Amino acid sequence: MAQLSLSRIEKVYPNGFKAVHGVDLQVRDGEFMVFVGPSGCAKSTLLRMIAGLESITGGELRIGERVVNELTPKQRGIAMVFQNYALYPHMKVYDNLAFGLKLAGTPKAEVDQRVRHAAQLLEMEHLLDRYPKQLSGGQAQRVAVGRAIVKKPEVFLFDEPLSNLDAKLRASMRVRLTELLRPARHRRLRHS
Amino acid sequence: MKSRSAWMRYAALGIVALVMLYPLIWLVGATFKTNAEIFTEVGFWPRSFDFDAYAKGWKTSTEYTFATYFLNSFAIVIPRIAVTVVSCVLVAYAFARFEFWGKKWLFGVMVATMMLPLIVLRLPQYLMFREFGWLDTYWPLVLPSAFATDTFFVFMLVQFLRGIPRDMEEAAMIDGCNALQMLWHIIVPLLKPAIISVIVFQFIWTMNDFMGPLIYLSSVEKYPVSLALKMSIGATEEVAWANVIAISVVALLPSVAVFFMAQRHFIDGAASSGIKG
Repeated sequence: MAQLSLSRIEKVYPNGFKAVHGVDLQVRDGEFMVFVGPSGCAKSTLLRMIAGLESITGGELRIGERVVNELTPKQRGIAMVFQNYALYPHMKVYDNLAFGLKLAGTPKAEVDQRVRHAAQLLEMEHLLDRYPKQLSGGQAQRVAVGRAIVKKPEVFLFDEPLSNLDAKLRASMRVRLTELLRPARHRRLRHS
Repeated sequence: MKSRSAWMRYAALGIVALVMLYPLIWLVGATFKTNAEIFTEVGFWPRSFDFDAYAKGWKTSTEYTFATYFLNSFAIVIPRIAVTVVSCVLVAYAFARFEFWGKKWLFGVMVATMMLPLIVLRLPQYLMFREFGWLDTYWPLVLPSAFATDTFFVFMLVQFLRGIPRDMEEAAMIDGCNALQMLWHIIVPLLKPAIISVIVFQFIWTMNDFMGPLIYLSSVEKYPVSLALKMSIGATEEVAWANVIAISVVALLPSVAVFFMAQRHFIDGAASSGIKG
């Protein structure tokens, strides 16, 4: 876990459009932060800039003590849950969870242990052998969260993680996420 | 009522299919006929079933059997498919997912080359390969494909890739993929249906290619099926058409087999991605 600090973060697109106008923000270690705002106010853009999917055109972004402006998403030590989950359709749930760890060269035994631990936390051990298309919306959502958890990131990022769920599931997922991530730090983004 | 309209529909489709397929059915029937029957009868049912034409046709009038020619064909087709898939996927990936200087212009040039009649390339290519000393080898038939010159495939793959949402690639980026790992672990599996189409088209087109081998190959032992077929229509003696047709039927089989093997993968498109809601 680490502290996240943004100072005068800006985003100007190549066509000159300025989307983010100098955001200053400190998120303490273990803090749970939510961005709320109307559609099109650059919540997602800011989140993607923190993740490293979108370049930062001005200001400084720090995770812990490091300035990460120019680092790749992998080097930043973040994990992100996407709105539509973005699971890899050709991999089983187990491999979806293990993919990032395998790429990082984690020993097989440890990969297995971490994947099973995450699956246990999210009560989805029975889903490990399924493909994403065999999952319900709520299950896919849990897999997406699991994929973030196994990496033990410094910062969790959630881009509208609940918007694709029905009201009942959303309520229960909200509780579960709060419980799961209590010791962790992350920021979440939603419309509601 | 419903079943009756369904029956009508199947009957109409069946009749149209029969009309379309008749030449093919006739072709198979003709392999059992004599020359006289072939040219006088429109019906496809032969008077007797005698597989002699297949045996004779297979032997050919040369010292080689069609087994040699089939092996030659595969020796061209298989490497060509391999290099086509690798080169076209790489180029399509670059066009669909990366920003680089002159990208739009280069894509325009690439698409423009699709309009170019192949014949204008023949002469310069022939001269070039002659300088390389590659005449009467398979290199001129395989090597151009290694540079993604089959632009139709590149175009097809680019269009397919543009239809795949980027979320999975972004997730993979966060998981720590570099560009090549992304290609191998994420893009290629998602592109599978399109890649299979490329394989099928390239197989059929290369199997059927007559002009390329005709220009570059001169030794009979290197001929592929398409050339050997032409050769079996001798210039001097009277042609036993049943033999020629029998071998044409056999020559069709690999393409038909490849098509049916790949058929179910065509349908399985990008729609089966992990997106829900």
